[in-house]
Parts: sequence; C-alpha cells; structure tokens
Amino acid sequence: MKFGVASSSAVEALFSNPLRSLLTMLGIIIGVGSVMVMMSIGEGARALIDQQISSVGTNLLTVQPGGIQRGGRQMGAGGARPFSEADVAAVAEQPFVQAATGVLNGQATAVSEVANWVTNIQGGNASYFTVNNWHVAEGREFTEQESQSGAAVAVLGKTTATNLFPNGDAVGQRIRINSVPTEIIGILESKGGGGGGGMGQDRDDTIIAPLSMVRNRITGGNRWVARHVQRIQFLVQDGYDVMQAQDETSTMIRARRRIEAGQADNFNIINFADMIKQRAAATETMSTLLAFTAAVSLIVGGVGVMNIMLVSVTERTREIGLRMAIGARGGDILIQFLVEAVALCTLGGLIGMAIGWIGVFGYAQVSKAPMVVSPVIIFTALGAAASVGLIFGFFPARRAAQLDPIQALRYD
Amino acid sequence: MSSEQPIISCKDLRKIYKMGDQEVHALAGVTLEIKQGEFVAIMGPSGSGKSSLMNLIGALDRPTSGEMWINGKALSQMSRDELADLRNETLGFVFQQFNLLARQDAFHNVKLPLRYARKPIADLDARTNECLEMVGLASRADHRPMQLSGGQQQRVAIARALSNHPRILLADEPTGALDTKTTAEIMELFQNLNKQGITVVVITHENEVAEYASRQIHFRDGQIEIDSANPNAGAALKRAHGG
Repeated sequence: MKFGVASSSAVEALFSNPLRSLLTMLGIIIGVGSVMVMMSIGEGARALIDQQISSVGTNLLTVQPGGIQRGGRQMGAGGARPFSEADVAAVAEQPFVQAATGVLNGQATAVSEVANWVTNIQGGNASYFTVNNWHVAEGREFTEQESQSGAAVAVLGKTTATNLFPNGDAVGQRIRINSVPTEIIGILESKGGGGGGGMGQDRDDTIIAPLSMVRNRITGGNRWVARHVQRIQFLVQDGYDVMQAQDETSTMIRARRRIEAGQADNFNIINFADMIKQRAAATETMSTLLAFTAAVSLIVGGVGVMNIMLVSVTERTREIGLRMAIGARGGDILIQFLVEAVALCTLGGLIGMAIGWIGVFGYAQVSKAPMVVSPVIIFTALGAAASVGLIFGFFPARRAAQLDPIQALRYD
Repeated sequence: MSSEQPIISCKDLRKIYKMGDQEVHALAGVTLEIKQGEFVAIMGPSGSGKSSLMNLIGALDRPTSGEMWINGKALSQMSRDELADLRNETLGFVFQQFNLLARQDAFHNVKLPLRYARKPIADLDARTNECLEMVGLASRADHRPMQLSGGQQQRVAIARALSNHPRILLADEPTGALDTKTTAEIMELFQNLNKQGITVVVITHENEVAEYASRQIHFRDGQIEIDSANPNAGAALKRAHGG
C-alpha cells in the first residue's frame, strides 16, 4: 500500500515537468542505447566468428614463404624461396598431421560450349578437399595419382559450374581451362559467401584441379625449385595442441631450409583461427569502447538524476513536511523518492532501448555484420537503468526521509 | 471531569531556540492538561509561544526539556516512526495555508492519510467520501485545490484531518487566510466536530474565533498568562447566525 502512494506520486512528478524529466533522462538514454548497441555488436561478432571458425576449422595451419630482406627493404610475402612437394611430404609425415596439401593458385579462363568465365583455380593434392573442408556434391574428387601425374581433370565450385553450364549436367563434360581441354569430374557443395578466407567474396566461385596440372598448364614452373608449391596447408590432428604443432613444424622447416639459430624465419606459419580471432579482437575493442561510453553515460546520467532529485526534494520540502505531518514515516518518503528516481531512469532506459534498437539495425545494414538483440540484452539494459536510479536516487531520497517534520513544514 | 485522564498533558515544557549567540525561550515552563472532548483556543501575540506548543502537541517537534503525554503515552519515549504513526492515527492537522497537494484532487488529498495508515482500513474510498460529505464537499471530490475557494480548500483540509478518525484536531490559525463569513462557517464546523467527541485545539489571535471555544488559554512570553473557561461558547454561534 505504501508502495502505491509512492508510485502514483512518482509518475505524477515525472509528467508534471516533462521537459526537465526528458533532459534528466538524456544521459540514461544515451547510456542504455550504448549498452544495447555494444552488446548486440559483441554477440553478433561472436556469432560471426563461430560461424567462420566452424567453416575453416580451428586446426588448419598454412605455411608460406616469407618476405626477404634486400638492402634493408622488406620484399613482399612469398619473395623467399618457394616450397616444393618434398616439403609438403615432410610436413605430412609429422605424426600430428592429419592431412597436408600443397597449393598453387592462379587465374583461369574457363570456356564451355555455351559460356566463358574468368575465375581462380586452385591446384592441390588429393587431400586438398579434406584440408579445406570441401565436399563433393556431384561426381568425385581427384585422386593423388591424378594430382601427381597432372591429369586434365577439375572439380568446379557451385558458382563456376552454374555460370559455365546454366542448364546443369556439368559432370563428365569437357571445358577448356586456359586452352587446356579438361574433364569435369565433380561439383562442390556450396559454402556460401562471407566465410573463411575473405569476407564478401564468393567461395563457390573457384576451380580445384590437380597440383601438377595447375603447375604445368597454368602457373608455370619455378626457376629454382622443381615441383614447387606456393603454400602448404595442413590439418593438425584433433586433441593435439595447435600452437605446439606450429612450433614443431617451424623447427622442422627451419632445418630443411638450413636456417641457422639466431637467423630469422624466411617463411610464415599462419593460424587461420587465430587470424579470425584477431579480426574479432578489433570488434571486441570497439565493443569495449562502447561499454566504456555506456558506463560513462550511465554514471553522468546518474549524477544528473541525483542532481535533479536533490532539486526536487528541495522544491517539495513543504510537501514532504505535510506528508510527515499526516503520518508518513521516513521510510514512506524514502520509497517515494526512490521510486521516482527509478521510474525516471527506467523510462529513460526504455527510450534509450528504442533508440539503441534503431542504432543496432542501422549498424547491421551498413556493416553487414550480424547483430543479435536477445532478451538478455534487453533485461541487462533495463536493469542497468533501474540500478542507476536506485543507486543515484538513494542519497536524495534519504535526505528527504531524514528531514525534520517541523522544519520541512515551515520551509519556504 | 476531574477523574478523567487528560488526553493531552504537558509538564514543565521548555523549548529553547539558539539564534546566533542568543537563546530564545519560546516556551518557558508550560504545564497544561486538556481533557477528552474539550474545545480549547490558544491565544496570544506572535512570539508568545503558542505555535511552539502546538508543534509539540502535534508531535512534530521535541521539547528542550519537560515531558508530555498524548493519550497517556510519553512522547519522549517514542521513535520517529512511532511519532509518525501517532500523527497518523490520533492527531489531525489543519494549517493556516491549507497545505493541500496542488496536483491532486480533493478526493486524493483527503485519502492521503489513509494510504499512510499502518492499520488495515476496510474501505478507503468509502471513508474518503464520508469525510468529504462531513464537510459538505462531496460534489467537489474531483476538483483540484486551485479550482476551489479558500473556504472550500480549508474544508478539504479538515476532511483530510478527519479521515483516519483522530481523537484530537489541531488547527494552527485555521481562519487566518479566510474572510469573516467563511471563518464563521469553518468554526461552526469545528464546533460540530467537537460535539461529536473530538478534542479540538485551535490557535488564533482573533477574539471572534476564540469565542467558539469552551476554554481559552492566553500565552505571553512563553508562559500561560490566563487559562479560563468560556461560558459563552454557544453565543458566538448565535451571533454569527444573527449577523
């Protein structure tokens, strides 16, 4: 019942001076809006990372030649001596490696009877499919023997297949890749855009062909290294520490390339999951920044609420005196002003949430990043607002409750 | 009468205010008993201590020294909350400036003490309407103070004071802001309430107002100067009607 008195007078107080209430709520509105956007971005980023990691796998490592120093200038990646198929075999022989493949990639113009299509072509060993988590939807993968012999066969990505054969039935057909007649032996399952290697790029727009075929017919050989590959990809066995695998592989390759102790590596081992996590860290940084903004806004908003509540207590000193004279206890007055502060903040929180919601959808439209608005976020945002009201409303409310009845009644 | 226990009892009450270095003795030893059912007017020039006494009787303030009892209970022994409950259950206040909540209508103003009551009350709304009827304002229940005349506002304030069945009605210059005709109406209302058994204590500096009371106490310099019965208490009523 006491709560009833408090809540009715709180609502009344809120609307008796709407402009003041709105200005007071501004900090809370911004704070809660930021909390919403922050949490949505955070959860969205987490969802995106999970999706990417699950499409790439957390145990994929890539080895590629590093840049070389020439006259103090850093040359581009891949400037150092390339790896060979012997290196691929050495990597594959390590006990913790589940599967390894060499990779060569290049541009190719594919011509069917009805269309031509420029796309990228990936040369790999038979385990290329396993390592890159590709599955064949129709037809078959090429074998290791085909990979070694350079058989003129190819597996097409969904997009490439659709463009070359709008009417379907690509498997078994012949196309020419950079003028080389090639038999299509399989079509890959779609992976969709946005995953893995690069965001926004269509991963299904590709051709996968035997390593030797790509080297002989597309990229050409290397002047210094026979049977070269551009990079080596391998999967670390489940349960084996990826970092450890990276270290051991590094040691092994240093030995093969005769790099002496104290000399820098001329190759890099890239952990894909790590890269994704690093990209996620950037999002996280933004999220942290927003969290900071939210916290500051809420504190500043809280101080604003406290300030206005102190003004309100002073303005209504006589009213407080009267309420005490007719029998309100200190606790009744305390609750009245607390409820008023919490109501003010909660209303601000609701407005902030509405604005935050618009912000979330706006950001999602612009960034194409997935954003998540969950009930947890809504309750957290509202809870934060109400807590601010409770914390910053307490001091003014207690001041009101401790007023001396007769002095309050005589105040003017 | 003498065997009855007094409803208000004060013993050697003193109230000293510090004004800078000076001490002001607002009450300089007041001993007083008021019995159930009395209608007392407290008179005296401003600064004579009558308002200080009223604040003490109303449990709004505490004396510097001395003791007082309301309904047999010593106020010095009571906590802040107990004093609040006493004000809610036993006392009813009427102020010179009415002190109504401007944003609420008459009905909610009258209901307010009931909402602070700790004891369960059967039907708050029914009691509220009953009180408004008692002061003749049942038809104005939804009016806000600004929409009522001074006399009507004071009657709302009286209805509010009555709502929780007080045993004592305390009025501090209740007619100070009202014209002569309205003053008479308000004082008649007090007289009627007194006849129903409520003890009424009115502070005033107007003799016309004091004439309604059955007992008149004059204050001077923080002490009781004259404490006399008023045998003509009814006469004022007749005069008011005659004029």
